[in-house]
Amino acid sequence: MDMNRRQFFRVSSAGLIGSSLVAMGFSPTAALAETRNYKLARSTVARSTCPYCSVSCGMLIYTLGDKAKNVTSKVIHVEGDPDNPVSRGTLCPKGAGVMDMINAPTRVKYPEVREAGSKEWKRISWDEALTRIAKHMKADRDANFVQKNEAGTTVNRWTTTSFLICSSSSNESSYLSVKVARSLGMVGIDTQARV
Amino acid sequence: MTNSWNDIKNADLILVMGGNAAEAHPVGFKWVIEAMQHRKARLISVDPRFNRTSAVADIYAPIRNGSDIAFLGGVINWLLTNDKIHHDYVKFNTDATFLTKPDFKFENGFFSGYDEAKRKYDKSTWGYQLDENGYVKVDDSMQDPLCVYQQLKKHYSRYTPEMVSRICGTPQDKFIKICEMLGEMSAPDKTSTILYALGWTQHTVGSQNIRTMAMIQLLLGNMGRPGGGVNALRGHSNVQGVTDMNAYAEVFSGYMAAPTDADAEYASFLAKRTPKPMRPNQFNYWSNFPRFWVSLMKAYYGAAATAENNFCYDWVPKLEGGFDVMHIFELMHQGKMNGFICQGFNPLGSVPNKNKLSAALSKLKYLVSIDPLETETSEFWQNYGPFNDVKPEDIKTEVFRLPSACFAEEEGSFTNSSRVLIWKEKAIDPPGEAMVDSEIVARLFVRLREMYAKEGGTFPDPIAGMDWSYVLPNTPTSAELLREINGRAIGDVLAPPNPNDPTAPRAVLVKAGQQLPGFAMLRDDGSTSCGNWLYSGCWSEAGNNTARRDLSDPTGWGVYPGFGFSWPANRRIMYNRASADKDGKPWAPNKKYEYWNGKVWTGADVPDMLPTAAPEIGMGSFIMTPEGVARLHAIGMAEGPFPEHYEPFETPIGVNPLHPDNPKAISNPAARVFKSDMDAFGKKEEFPYAATTYRLTEHFHYWTKHAKLNAIVQPEAFVEISEELAKEKGIQHGDSVKVSSNRGHVVTKAVVTKRIKPWDVNGQKVHLVGIPFHWGFKGQTKTGYLSNTLAPFVGDANSQTPEFKAFLVNIERV
Repeated sequence: MDMNRRQFFRVSSAGLIGSSLVAMGFSPTAALAETRNYKLARSTVARSTCPYCSVSCGMLIYTLGDKAKNVTSKVIHVEGDPDNPVSRGTLCPKGAGVMDMINAPTRVKYPEVREAGSKEWKRISWDEALTRIAKHMKADRDANFVQKNEAGTTVNRWTTTSFLICSSSSNESSYLSVKVARSLGMVGIDTQARV
Repeated sequence: MTNSWNDIKNADLILVMGGNAAEAHPVGFKWVIEAMQHRKARLISVDPRFNRTSAVADIYAPIRNGSDIAFLGGVINWLLTNDKIHHDYVKFNTDATFLTKPDFKFENGFFSGYDEAKRKYDKSTWGYQLDENGYVKVDDSMQDPLCVYQQLKKHYSRYTPEMVSRICGTPQDKFIKICEMLGEMSAPDKTSTILYALGWTQHTVGSQNIRTMAMIQLLLGNMGRPGGGVNALRGHSNVQGVTDMNAYAEVFSGYMAAPTDADAEYASFLAKRTPKPMRPNQFNYWSNFPRFWVSLMKAYYGAAATAENNFCYDWVPKLEGGFDVMHIFELMHQGKMNGFICQGFNPLGSVPNKNKLSAALSKLKYLVSIDPLETETSEFWQNYGPFNDVKPEDIKTEVFRLPSACFAEEEGSFTNSSRVLIWKEKAIDPPGEAMVDSEIVARLFVRLREMYAKEGGTFPDPIAGMDWSYVLPNTPTSAELLREINGRAIGDVLAPPNPNDPTAPRAVLVKAGQQLPGFAMLRDDGSTSCGNWLYSGCWSEAGNNTARRDLSDPTGWGVYPGFGFSWPANRRIMYNRASADKDGKPWAPNKKYEYWNGKVWTGADVPDMLPTAAPEIGMGSFIMTPEGVARLHAIGMAEGPFPEHYEPFETPIGVNPLHPDNPKAISNPAARVFKSDMDAFGKKEEFPYAATTYRLTEHFHYWTKHAKLNAIVQPEAFVEISEELAKEKGIQHGDSVKVSSNRGHVVTKAVVTKRIKPWDVNGQKVHLVGIPFHWGFKGQTKTGYLSNTLAPFVGDANSQTPEFKAFLVNIERV
């Protein structure tokens, strides 16, 4: 006998006792008798750190999707990491809602430009975006770079483009942004930490 | 934090002031609860509002926003008057015995050397008297009227409980009770900690707020000890990391002061930043500055940096004038800035005076927003009705918006408030075409470098010469970058020459090509490279130490030495030499942390001391200062070596009660004010109410309003006012109100609450308008005004952190 889960319950609720079904030789396979298995059992877990405040609570992020090339993974669950000595599994209301930030409808997904005087965004390719930005930067740097100050001291600075560097991306990203900015001669460098 | 989140559990008393940890850092706050429940620690809350930290505190004292130095100065006066200080600790670990210069004065609100036109001090009369060897003169009896201890006593004698109450609006009995509780902590077997946040930093006297408390912690003998310290509860998850990487105009990685126009010569640049010891036998750790600097230049410029070209010193931009975010916006407003790149930053909401910021952004040629979310800044040109009332057709700025990954979409390390670097794994790919921040910056740089190589341009040398030896130039990995930050040996790192046999072959300490074990191996001859000396040791030959997850805590102090990596040198409590007395013995058996075992310094933590320096040689606990002790008298501060109370630039009482006859000493005389902003300050006659901004527990800045769950729990903007003010103004709970300052207005909802009460200050009643700041015109919450519209464009005299926590508004029902 083969039956799906609903039929099994219907049969059961019709007054027949499971054991008697078995006694009569109707034995539903074990898998069919189970409730739907947990999604979490099929998920992949990553150890992460909450992006909000500097308590930096440990986070376990569960995603569905087997990482195959044509599969887009999705975050389905986030919980506190009990193996973090500071947070010990706890998340506050900010961190507990983080999945909705990751999946927010207001995520930027493609490079865009708003032309001078325009009222709207226009999607562009990465190639166009980076080329146009690099051209702006080069034109400004070439025109306004100060090699010597009035006293004749070598100062090699670029004062007319500034860079505010993120305080919630990684140390590695911060380091690289600073390295690039300094090598271009930028002095207008700052971060949220000031504010 | 000098100590750590876990270490809060070791405190006997916890003061939360200038912050509201229970709501802003709820998970960190559980270590306060741990201390209260398990060792009967007591909690003090001092705040303008009766907040949720106050709700669980043993004692709550109200204080007018912007008057913290008056309160804390009063505590210093009480401790000195009642002799509740930890004498042995103070003598050994502070400059209390040092002699100040005879011409040092404080009169009528100014320290000696004030230049009114420049709003700056000539500091030549500040600081210590030196003897013929260049060492500071001391008076161990602390009786000399010029010694720091006596000067301190004199300075704060004006801060009587009556004066504290007059300025702060704090009832005297509450103030004295808190002084008594703090005074008990001067016993060697007690320690107390302070938790603060932006409630102290966002003032024109922000740095001095914190310094005043640090002085109290020194007087009580709490620095470098378990359950003690000065603990800044920082903002963003990696705000500590980006601070250490020094994404600031004025400092390079690891807090190395940037060269300025005054540093034309390389040798004098190094000499100025490499201090000489000011007392005998001091470690003077900054004497290693050249090693840190040269190693950073090797990380930046690789083979191009040689001893012959002073390690590319000419390539390093020299700083002239301020380039903090407010100064950047001021230059933009004056039309002197053409381009602006905002990475994960929403300045239209988080810098003061939105209308000025919007006008400034409109003058740019190009703006680049690199962000996972659609920020208000990236849409400053779009009309959102009253929330952003601009004409897009008049704004000629070209705006690019580049999609970046969020935290879950990249691997890498964050540094938490306890200075612990913890590696996180990538959970998913970024959505759409989004890329991780480092890839965006790398691709932009590689493109620029190609353009310079092909077309030439102004001074292309540092662009061509920068070390970019990443396996894939467009996508440097976090692992590659963290290894670069840690540092490696370029050539063999050799032991110092043997003084008895200078020609003997020197031992190889680290072989060429290996990762460095820590900053002690850094050299100034170009044989090492290191992206940030403070982080050296985070990725040694042992591998990625930030990814360690050992949960053992062998001593029970909450040290967790095998979890992640704590800078510097995996040390969890800074200045921990001070946890032992002059002779290296623990101050008390119940506070045994680091100590001298007869041969070396040892204990629960990595010692913050030369491990072999016997106590007899008298090396001080504060190894980063050339004097070896902590400073009660600090000449590095812009507005004076001792903190003084100055009113906020917009003061509800219009006078500094300490200096009623000097109108120029009402507010911080050394704070920088741009001309147009001086005119934009409001007066109490027109804007009579004190205002402050703050966070709610359900939101984080302007970020969580994009998350639906958080939008559901706190959907709409509001301000909080007292029942008394509501009655005066005819405002009911839930009414729409218009809150205005001299710079603009917002329309929002009123919450009438018992949590806020008016204060009696200087003979008048002062009301507070409390402004939670999480709303804007993008995201899942109801759209609202950006509250920074109201705040003044002025910052702390030392750090230029804006004064969001004390300004003036009016409120009307609409």
